[in-house]
Amino acid sequence: MSVSENAQGTRNEILARNRSSAGDRLLRALRTPSGGVFILLIALLIAVIAANPSFGEPGSLIRFIGRTAPIAIAAIGQYFVIVSGEFDLSMGSVVTAQVFIAGNLIGDDDARVLPVLGLMFVFGAFIGLINGLVTTLLKVPSFIVTLGMMLALLGMVLYSTGGAATGNPADSFRQIGRGGIRDVPVLEIIPYPVIIFVVTAAAALWLMRRPYGRTLIAVGDNSRAAALTGARVWWVKTRAFMLSSLSATVAGIILVGYAGVHPSVGRGYEFTAITAVVLGGVVLGGGRGWVLSAAAGAFALETLFTLLNFLGVESTWRDSVQGIIIIVAVAAAAQTWQRKRRGASSRTHEPTHPIAPPPTVGTNERGI
Amino acid sequence: MDKEVFPLESRVNTPVVLSVSGLSKSFFGIEVLKDVSLELRSGEVHGLVGENGAGKSTLMKLLAGVHHRDSGTIELSGAPVDFSHPTQAHEAGLSTVFQEFNLLPDRTVAENIYLGREPRSGILVNRKAMLERTRELLDQLGITSIQPSTPVSNLSVAQQQIVEIAKAVSYDARIISMDEPTAALAGPEVELLYSIIGRLKERGVAILYVSHRLKEIFDLCDTITVLKDGEVVGSQPASSMDDASLVRLMVGRPISAYFPEVTPGTIIGEPLLEVADAGNEQLDSINLALRTGEIVGIAGLQGSGRTELVEAIFGAAPFTRGSMRLAGEAYTARSTRTAIQHRVALITEDRKSQGLSLNQSILDNALSVIRSVFPGRTNQARQDAPGVFSSLEVIARDLDQEVQYLSGGNQQKVVLAKWLAISPRLVLLDEPTRGIDVGAKVAVYNLMRALAAEGKAILMVSSELPEVLGMSDRVLVMRDGLIAGELSPTSTEEEVLQLATGARTEETPS
Amino acid sequence: MNRLSRLTSTHIVYLVVLLTVIVGTILVGSVGRSFFSTGNISDILTGTSVLGFIAIGQTLVILVGSLDLSVPYVISLSSLIAAGIMANQGANVLPGVLAALAISALIGLANGLVVSGLKVHGFIATLGMGLIISGYLATNYQGSSGQAPLSFRLIGATGLGPVPISTLIMLATAGLVLLMLNRTRVGHHIYAVGGDLGVARMSGIRTRTPIITAHVLCSVMAGLAGLLLAARLGVGSPTIGSQGGYDLLSIAAVVLGGTLLAGGKGSLVGTLGGVLIFAMLDNIMSVMQINPFLKDVVRGLVIVIAVAVYARRTVITRPPRFEKSSTTPAREVSA
Repeated sequence: MSVSENAQGTRNEILARNRSSAGDRLLRALRTPSGGVFILLIALLIAVIAANPSFGEPGSLIRFIGRTAPIAIAAIGQYFVIVSGEFDLSMGSVVTAQVFIAGNLIGDDDARVLPVLGLMFVFGAFIGLINGLVTTLLKVPSFIVTLGMMLALLGMVLYSTGGAATGNPADSFRQIGRGGIRDVPVLEIIPYPVIIFVVTAAAALWLMRRPYGRTLIAVGDNSRAAALTGARVWWVKTRAFMLSSLSATVAGIILVGYAGVHPSVGRGYEFTAITAVVLGGVVLGGGRGWVLSAAAGAFALETLFTLLNFLGVESTWRDSVQGIIIIVAVAAAAQTWQRKRRGASSRTHEPTHPIAPPPTVGTNERGI
Repeated sequence: MDKEVFPLESRVNTPVVLSVSGLSKSFFGIEVLKDVSLELRSGEVHGLVGENGAGKSTLMKLLAGVHHRDSGTIELSGAPVDFSHPTQAHEAGLSTVFQEFNLLPDRTVAENIYLGREPRSGILVNRKAMLERTRELLDQLGITSIQPSTPVSNLSVAQQQIVEIAKAVSYDARIISMDEPTAALAGPEVELLYSIIGRLKERGVAILYVSHRLKEIFDLCDTITVLKDGEVVGSQPASSMDDASLVRLMVGRPISAYFPEVTPGTIIGEPLLEVADAGNEQLDSINLALRTGEIVGIAGLQGSGRTELVEAIFGAAPFTRGSMRLAGEAYTARSTRTAIQHRVALITEDRKSQGLSLNQSILDNALSVIRSVFPGRTNQARQDAPGVFSSLEVIARDLDQEVQYLSGGNQQKVVLAKWLAISPRLVLLDEPTRGIDVGAKVAVYNLMRALAAEGKAILMVSSELPEVLGMSDRVLVMRDGLIAGELSPTSTEEEVLQLATGARTEETPS
Repeated sequence: MNRLSRLTSTHIVYLVVLLTVIVGTILVGSVGRSFFSTGNISDILTGTSVLGFIAIGQTLVILVGSLDLSVPYVISLSSLIAAGIMANQGANVLPGVLAALAISALIGLANGLVVSGLKVHGFIATLGMGLIISGYLATNYQGSSGQAPLSFRLIGATGLGPVPISTLIMLATAGLVLLMLNRTRVGHHIYAVGGDLGVARMSGIRTRTPIITAHVLCSVMAGLAGLLLAARLGVGSPTIGSQGGYDLLSIAAVVLGGTLLAGGKGSLVGTLGGVLIFAMLDNIMSVMQINPFLKDVVRGLVIVIAVAVYARRTVITRPPRFEKSSTTPAREVSA
C-alpha cells in the first residue's frame, strides 16, 4: 500500500481526513433516536426545574442522580444484551436474589462485607453465564431462557427465605447505597451511587469502543456475517448476558442501601430497564444504539416521573405514563428509521469522494 | 431441446399485450434504467439479456409494481397502467417469478399457490377445492412430481422453483416475466420448464424471459432485447442473431477485454492448499491442490456443492472426512475462526446477509475481522484503512458512512477490504462479482491478479462462465457434491456446462 | 395429515403429556392418593381452563409474529368491569359479560393498530398497553370490587361429572379458534404473516387484518379468563391477573406446545398440550405438598428444558447428500 512508508503522524492524518469530523459525527448521531433521547432528557429537566426551581439546585440534582443510578446501571447492563439481539428478563430476579444474599449472608458482621460482595459478583456472573450458554449453545430463544431463569431464581429465593423480608445487612454495606462523600462544596454531598454510576458508565463507554464492543454490535446487526468474520458469537453474547447480570448485581447492592431487604425489591426491574433502553433509541433485535443512550433513557424516565410528581399527578398513574411513553418513543423511532431509509433513496445524494486519494493528486482537503 | 420443438412461427401478427416506453428509474442518485422501451406480443417469448447490473431485475420489478418508475409509460393491451403493488399487477394479468423465493416453507404447495385467494364455500376455506385446483393447474403444466398437499420445505430447490412458476400461472396471467428461472435447475428440470413454457405459449401467454444462459435464450425466445448499463442496446428477432453478435451487444466489446492479463512476474509455486479425500454431508471425494500464485475457478450449477466446498475449506461447514494441508502443515478448519487464524479468507456469495453489518460504518465493517480474531492489531488496521480503500477505489462520503447507503460495487469492496486487513494467504471467493457494476468488476479482477502476483492462492466460485474461463488458471467443475472434472481455461462454455449438467460425465485433465 | 413437521412437534408435546401422566400417577400414588380420582381430574381440568383461554389467544398473536404482555391487566380489568356491572344482580350478568368483552376487544384493537400501523414491536406495544391499564387499575381500584351473582358464580363451580363447565367452554372456544386458523382466510393469513411478512405482502394479503384479528381475539380470550376468575372469586380484583403471572406463563405454554416464538409455525392443539402439562405439574406439586415457591423453580426448568429439546429437533439443515441416500438438496430451512 502506498501509505505504508509514510510516517505514523501522516497516517493518522490521512485517516482523519477520510473520516467525518467529530462535530459532524455528533450532529448525525443526535439526529438518530439514540441521540434524540438526550434532547428529550434536557427538555424534561428544564420542564421539571420550571415546575419546581429548587430541583435545579446542585444538591438536589446530585441526589436525583443518586436515586436514579440503580435503574440507569441496570439499563446499561440490559443494553449489552439488547444490542446483541437478545433479551434479559431475569434481571429483576437477579436483583432480588442479590438483595437476599446480602441480607442473609452479611448480617451484622462488618468483616463479611467484602467476601460476600465477592460472592455476589461471582453469583451474578454465573447466572449470566448460564443464561448465555443456554441461549447460544442450546439455541433456546433468550426470551424463554431468561423467563425460566426469572421464575426459577425468584422461586429459589422465596423458597429459601419463606418469602418474607429478612434482616438488613451491616450498616457499612448499606452505606454503599445510602452514603456519600460529605462536605463537598456546592453539592454538599456526592452520593456513592453517583460515583458507581459514573464509573460504570465510563467503563461501558470504554468497552463499547473496544473490539469487543464493536463486535457485539456487529453480532446484533448480522450474526451470520459476524460468525463468518471469525467472531465467536456464542461467547460474545454470553459475555453480554454476564455483563447484564453483573449490572443487576451492582443495582442490587445500591438498592439494599435504599430499600432494605424485601422480596419486592427488584420486581419489574427487567421491564423498566428494557423501557429505558428502548427509550434510548436502542432497537430491539440488535445492532443499533448507544450505550449511554440507554442510561439517558433511564434518566429521562425518572425525570418524567419527577415532573408528574411536581405537577400533582397521582403516583398510581406512573405506570400509565411509562406505557404511553414507551409506545410513543418506539413508534417515533420506527418512523425515523423508516424515513431515513426512504430519504436515502430519493434525495439527491450526499457528496461522495474516492477514499484517500494518493498524495500525488494534490493538497486540496478532500482531493476530488 | 431444439428450436424445432416449438416452431418459430411469425408472431408479428399477434396483438401487443405489453408496451413499455421511456422507462427510467434511479436509486441512490444512480440511474439504473434509462429510457427503456420494449413490446411484448401475445404468445411470444421475449428474451431479456444483459450483464449483471444492466438493469434487468429492476425492469422486472417496475413491471411487477414492486418499485415505482421515475418516468415513462407502461401499457397493457393498449391501456396505461400504474401499479403501486404487486397485487395490482396480478389482477391486471401480469405475474412475475422473482429470483428470490416467495414461498412460505411451512405451508403446503396448494396453500402457497392460493395464498391470499383461497377458494371458499361460505366463509370457510374450501380445502378440497384448493387441492383439486392445484392438482388441475399442475396437470395442465405437465407437472406430476409435486403433490399439492406437500409442505414446501419438503421440496427440492428445483421443485420450489416450479411451484413459483405454477403460482404465477395460477393468476390467469396473460404476461409472465421470469427472472433466471433456470438458475436452480438441472438437466431434466430445465426440460420440464421448456415444456411448461411451450404450453403457455400455446395458450397465448406472453413471456418475458431473463437468463444468462445464451443457449436457453436461443432455444426459447422469439425476440431478444439486450440491456446494457440500463439502456436498450438492441431488440431483434432471435433468428437474426447468434451467440457472437448477442455477446457483442451485451458487453459492447469482446468479453476478454474485461479480464486483465496475468500480472507479469506471477509465479505459480508450491502447493498451498491440499485437500485429500475430503467430504461431509454435502460433499464427497474432494481432492484438490491449489498452488501459490494460482487462480482456480469452480464452476457448476447452483446446488452442485460449489458454495459448500469453499465453506468447508473455510470451516463454516467443515469437512467430516479426509484431510487438508495448508503450506505443507496439517490444517483442520474446525471453525471459521481457525481458518482466519491460518489467514484464510472467504468472500461470501450473499453480501448483504453474510458479508456486511449494514447498519455499521465502512470503517467498522473493514475492521470487523481484525477485531474478532486479531484485536491487538486494530489500531494498525485502522491506520491502514485509507490506503486499502484508496487502492480499491472506493467511492463514499467518508469512512463513517453506513454501508447500507453504498452501491453494490462499493459494498463488495468493503467486504474485500475487511479480508485484506488480515493479509490472507488463501482467498476463497464465492460469486465475487454478483450484482455489481462493470467498473467494480474490473476492480475485483485486478485485485485477484495482484493477489496472485503476491503469491496468494485464489479459489473462485462463479456462475458467470466467461468470468471463470477468463480469470482462472484451471477450472474445476462440480456436480452433485463431487468434482466432476477439471478443464483448462481454453475450454468452451459448452464444455463446462456439459460437465456440470452431466451431459458429459468424465473429464480427465489434459 | 401430511404436515409432517408440525405433526411431530405436536406428537412430542403429547408424549411429554403422557410422561407427565405416568410420573404423576407414580408420585401421587406414592403418597397414597389416586391421580385418576374424579376429584383430582377435576382439579387438573379446572387448572387448565384459565390458562387455556389465555394461551389460545397468545397462540394467535405468537403465530402472527407478535406477543401479548398486556393479558394480565386485561384479565383484571375484565373481572372488575364484569363484577362491577353485575353488582350481584342476576339480570345484569349479560350486560356485564358483554361490557367486559367489548372493552377487552377494544384494548386488543389498540394493540393491533399500534403493532401493524405504527410498526411497534409487539413486545413493546403490549408492554406499554399493560402499563397503561395497570396505572388505570392502580388509580381507580384499591382492592376487590363488585359482586358476581350466584347464577354467574355457578359457571366457575359446576361441572359435568369431573369436567368443569369452564373447561368445556374453554375447549369449545379452542375448537372455534382451531376452525378459524385452519379453515378461514384470516387463519391462513395469520400463518402467512407470521411466517414471512414480505411473502404475505407480495401475495396481496392486507397484512394488517390478520395482525389486528389476532390481537383482538387474544384480548377477548384474556377477557374471558377474567370473567372466569370473577365467577370463581365472586368479585373483581385489580391484581388477579398480574398475581398469576399469566403473560409469561401463557407464552411459556404456547412455546411448550411447540409453536415457534418467531411466528408462522405451530399449532393450537400443541398449546393445549402445553397448558395440560402445566396444570398437571401444578396438581402433582400440590398433592405432594411441595412448597409453592418451588413450583416456579420447576416451571422455569420445564420451560427451558422443553424448548431446548425442540430446538435440538428443529435445527433442520439441508438433507445430507452423502452418508444417506438423497438426490437433490432441499432449501435450507431455518428453525
